[in-house]
Amino acid sequence: MQRHFDEELADLNKEILRMGGLTEESILKSVEALKARSAEQAEQVITDDKKIDELELAIDEKCLDLLALHQPMAIDLRFVTMAMKISTDLERIADLAVDIAQRVLQLADKPQLKPLIDIPKLAALAQTMVKEAIDAFVRKDVELARKVILRDSEADNLRNLVQSELINDYIAKDPSTAPRAVALLLVARHLERICDHTTNICEDVIFMVEGKVVKHHLEILHEKQNGGSK
Amino acid sequence: MSIIEVNKLNLFYGNFQALKEITLRIEKQKITALIGPSGCGKSTFLRTLNRMNDLIDDVRISGSVKISGNDIYGSDVDLLALRKKVGMVFQRPNPFPLSIYDNVVYGLRVHGILDKKIMEQKLQWSLESVHLWDEVKDKLDQNALTLSGEQQQRLCIARLAVVEPEVLLMDEPCSALDPMSTAKIEDLMYELKKQYTIIIVTHNMQQAARVSEYTGYFLLGELVEFGETNQIFTSPKDSRTEDYLTGRFG
Repeated sequence: MQRHFDEELADLNKEILRMGGLTEESILKSVEALKARSAEQAEQVITDDKKIDELELAIDEKCLDLLALHQPMAIDLRFVTMAMKISTDLERIADLAVDIAQRVLQLADKPQLKPLIDIPKLAALAQTMVKEAIDAFVRKDVELARKVILRDSEADNLRNLVQSELINDYIAKDPSTAPRAVALLLVARHLERICDHTTNICEDVIFMVEGKVVKHHLEILHEKQNGGSK
Repeated sequence: MSIIEVNKLNLFYGNFQALKEITLRIEKQKITALIGPSGCGKSTFLRTLNRMNDLIDDVRISGSVKISGNDIYGSDVDLLALRKKVGMVFQRPNPFPLSIYDNVVYGLRVHGILDKKIMEQKLQWSLESVHLWDEVKDKLDQNALTLSGEQQQRLCIARLAVVEPEVLLMDEPCSALDPMSTAKIEDLMYELKKQYTIIIVTHNMQQAARVSEYTGYFLLGELVEFGETNQIFTSPKDSRTEDYLTGRFG
């Protein structure tokens, strides 16, 4: 029976990896659509989201089956329950990519407000964080998970930079730019929220591997990162 | 508050060491589950708590076991009084081949309580405490062996309850019962812990997780890990416990 259960766990791992891959792709495509001001690419992101929603349901069902039929304990219990939570976070990340795509649809037929500099940086950071969070889960790599969590402040800083530029340099000076500026501001907000979800995933990875709850205890991560106790 | 304190307990069957340096505290009016592979010392440990191992030849014990502060291996210990205070429920229900009435009052007679009125009061109270009174009150003179397995197990618990013990030791009390009967015994344990401290040996890990507040994992005579049940079953600290719980042991 154990071999069969291990195979089921390996399948679940693969499904999460697949969902993570599709989610990464969704972010990439939504940001590409923004840069290219392409309604067509944006529509594609919205259509592709269905696959991710279906995967979330399939993963949830698989986890429920594993809980009911195998009644896992210890690391296996933590793995299955965290897989459920992580699939929820991935689905939310994909929804945020859809939100970005919707902003692209709003902006596509309007003149470009400004060259995009910090938003692509924030997008690249979000993509890296999602990729590393998935890697941390699949490889059960808590060090990587801790590194990703600590990068969340970079995302906050970039979001703040975009926000102050759009408000001070555009909306305040020329209110007619507000609809486009607010759309870009929302894109930055969506990307920053994506980073927040990746930190959730990484916190779940740490709980899964070490059985330690690090949620809301950032000081523990800083301590670890600085090489030990105070 | 702990009721049982075990310190550096070692037990040998001849040259074989069955328990190694066991140290733990059992909390009062809580359920403590002992889990682990067969032959790793769980039942042997359970039997040290009311000196049942004394009945086996060639057993040597070192270390101390204190119950309510008293060393039960002291030279002046009255074994009858100890087993009244620390009763045991076995894997298979083992009622005497006597009437239901005689089974329950047996312990009272042994302890010199012969007043019929007191006996009947205590009989009803103990059968009520295991929810058996309504089922058997009209057939108290019937042979206890005619009851179902689960009723027999509850009768055995009533037989202990009547002498008002402090600790109930349960050695796989549900292994001979079906899931419905197991659920009834588990519910009963939950109620009994209001009065008694319960220590249960079980191979059913779901049962240990369901019923107990504390869990100890025994392996090769060692107490590998002891802690709150939810911690042991979700995040055990020792990799040997993790391997056992996830079925990757051995």
